[in-house]
Amino acid sequence: MPDAPRILYCHCQYAQVVPPEVKEAVLKKLSDSGVAFDAVADLCEMSARQDPSLKRLADGGPVKIAACFPRAVKWLFHTAKADLPFDTAEVLNMRVQSAEEVCAALFNGEVNANLPKGKVTATDAPKAPA
Amino acid sequence: MSLTTAATLRVVLYEGTDSPPLASTDRFSALTALLEKGFAVTRAVAGGRVAPHERGSLLVLGQFAGRTPEAEGVTAGTTVRFQDITGLDAARIAQRAEAVQTETGAARHGEWKPWFPVIDYDRCTNCMQCLSFCLFGVYGVDEQNKIQAQNHDNCKTNCPACSRVCPEAAIMFPKYKAGPINGDVVQDSDMGKEKMKIDISSLLGGDVYSQLRQRSDAAKARFSKERDDKKALQERQKCLTKLAQGGDIPMEVLMNLPAPEEILRRAEEAKAKAQAALAANRQ
Repeated sequence: MPDAPRILYCHCQYAQVVPPEVKEAVLKKLSDSGVAFDAVADLCEMSARQDPSLKRLADGGPVKIAACFPRAVKWLFHTAKADLPFDTAEVLNMRVQSAEEVCAALFNGEVNANLPKGKVTATDAPKAPA
Repeated sequence: MSLTTAATLRVVLYEGTDSPPLASTDRFSALTALLEKGFAVTRAVAGGRVAPHERGSLLVLGQFAGRTPEAEGVTAGTTVRFQDITGLDAARIAQRAEAVQTETGAARHGEWKPWFPVIDYDRCTNCMQCLSFCLFGVYGVDEQNKIQAQNHDNCKTNCPACSRVCPEAAIMFPKYKAGPINGDVVQDSDMGKEKMKIDISSLLGGDVYSQLRQRSDAAKARFSKERDDKKALQERQKCLTKLAQGGDIPMEVLMNLPAPEEILRRAEEAKAKAQAALAANRQ
């Protein structure tokens, strides 16, 4: 079996920008899933601290991240000196996607890589999965 | 100790060999309590390995009943602790983690709201406008004279002002309420509308520093004549309200700006840094 994507969940603890019901539902589903995963209180804080665990995560192969906007997540990892792999990183956006959409994507076993490449504008940005 | 050198504590919730799984509700409660206290938590399951990270301590939680798993790859300067959580509720688990955090000298969470500019280098043209603009020393340049946010904790919480002076919409604050500053895709209309990048100087009717200088001179002259503190305060409040509304800059940030002379000094300093970096890039 190929490497299953690892999962990172961000609780966005220090702001109220992610709907709490979405965060709670995603975390509950992860908690009940039986899979190993990393949960962080706040990805922004870890980025500012350049936490080495982000580098380990970025270097460890396919990854799915439940957090916020892909553009923000991409550059938060860059700030932490831990660039994510373009072809094997998928970011689920709990600010705009429903918990069902996020969970379906987290557990479907495929990585729909969606980090923005280059100077992306609305017309050529990757679409969020339906 | 700076943000980037402070030691951290990572928590592992271990449900593997010699540590049976928690009940579903207990696991969720424990995870939530730990996250709300600011911890990063790895849930490790059967067959998984527990490995410490490079900078700080590791706390492994599990229902060990007296037997603890092996920690592999322990590096010098790293502390690994095991905590039996059999029978503990979520609040007590979080308390134990906080106690270890204190004992190991790991950074405490929540004392600083992680609000800082995140640069989209796909968009950034290294124009140094942000470096020139910021009065709080958040920005600097690396050894290649490339702009970077260097002093994250100098940034003023909830203030997105520098992102509004960026001509390329390259500065994000991921915790901001609206796009594109929050990291949402930049719309063509964002670039077309001059409104996205608030020209703060225009709010004051021209060059902001020149205005501040004139206001300072005028205030000095006025005070020497009549000492009308009330009028001066009203004028300042009017100006600050205009800035706060136009740029969505928190009033407390504006109210705590230093005196105009100090603003001028810092502005000159920032401008000099930016010019030096631009000159180096032209060579």
